[in-house]
Amino acid sequence: MRDKILYGLGVLAFLILARDIYAIARFPAEANQGYAFKILFFHLPAWAAAGTAVTTALVTSVMFLVTKNFKYDATAVAATEVGVAFISVGLVTGSIWGRVIWGIWWTWDARLTSALVLWLLYAGYLMLRHAVEEPTQRATFGAVFSIFAFIDVPIVYFSIRWWRTQHPSPVFFSSTGSFPPDWSAVMLWNILAIVMLAVVIVAVRLRQEETQREIDHLRRLAHAF
Amino acid sequence: MGLIRQVFIITAKDLRAELRTKEAVNAALAFAVMILVLFSFAFDPEEATTQMISGGLLWIVFAFAGTLVLNRSFARELPNDCLDALVAAPVSGAVLFLGKALANYLLVTAVELVALPVFGILYNVRWYRQFWPVMLVLVLGTWGITVIGTIFSALTVNIRLREVMLPMLTYPMLVPALMGAMRLTTDLVQGKPIDDDSAVWLKLLVSFDVVYTAVSLLLVETVLVG
Repeated sequence: MRDKILYGLGVLAFLILARDIYAIARFPAEANQGYAFKILFFHLPAWAAAGTAVTTALVTSVMFLVTKNFKYDATAVAATEVGVAFISVGLVTGSIWGRVIWGIWWTWDARLTSALVLWLLYAGYLMLRHAVEEPTQRATFGAVFSIFAFIDVPIVYFSIRWWRTQHPSPVFFSSTGSFPPDWSAVMLWNILAIVMLAVVIVAVRLRQEETQREIDHLRRLAHAF
Repeated sequence: MGLIRQVFIITAKDLRAELRTKEAVNAALAFAVMILVLFSFAFDPEEATTQMISGGLLWIVFAFAGTLVLNRSFARELPNDCLDALVAAPVSGAVLFLGKALANYLLVTAVELVALPVFGILYNVRWYRQFWPVMLVLVLGTWGITVIGTIFSALTVNIRLREVMLPMLTYPMLVPALMGAMRLTTDLVQGKPIDDDSAVWLKLLVSFDVVYTAVSLLLVETVLVG
């Protein structure tokens, strides 16, 4: 049953994505940015997926510390891995856009810097997990670090904002935005599709993690005899 | 036994152990001076240039040298299973954490107080023109480094690649604190007083210290006992 829901969700995400890509490809060039703006239809959804993933990681980490149920630990690591992947997508698509519009790949602006620190923190989380052998300790340390990392990001963001910012302000869904409504609609659909895709990947990764744990368990049993 | 006395006993124990061998402090001091020397090749060490990047330079030195002290904080307890004995001692994890953090704080501050005049002499920078404000930034920034460093020192003590993992985990976490301390130090060394503009960095440093001290006290028991 769970498998069928997953496959269904995955297929649905791909269908929406295909329809969105078709629509985005047919959009005319934008007055100021030419065709470069189209990458934003993937940049923003990638960050939405990344945000969903790291928030899931925080919630499941806290849940693990409270309940000591390894199901939550497995979800936390699956969500963080997928989160890091989507943060990378967000950084790369943003960088490509910056090269075309600003003429530079990177600038030390509030959002860019905090995004990079976010990537470093969660990459650190994954490395920390690799370095701990004992499963209970790995889960506990991972959960503690995840909480620390999640608190840090808003602080980094606001602190850098106090002296420099270059990242454009939101143009979608804001009163100052100048994007036509049908573009905003495609953006919304694309956010939905990519977040759904992220959920499917997390679920697949979660199953891998559960299988791995089962194998470890069986191996220990076999050694016990 | 009062909590403050318990904290003090842990601090005294750590300081005594460190001052008998001086291994971490000596290494940190030598390392700090070495980085200061290496920086002289990275840019033209004239007074004006140096003043402009003094905050960044000093806090990179402090963070690097501090890591050497913090790495030893819990690793020192590994031989003879001292860590197990400490955890089993009739004090709470929070007391243990505060005691160790305080000892680390004193050691890191001592290293910084030696490195600062060495920096002033080598680069001909009169950093002491606003002595007390600089000390205030030093006190706040160092507590940030120490509190994050101590909790992650406890976290990494038993894992593979301990020496690499500690800076890998702490430096990105320390970004806001280091940034505030760097900005303030640069301003102060250049002779600008702390005004309304830079007060925001002071607030940032204070809130960073408060938030992370609170979270560390909350989670240290989990880290030590599981």
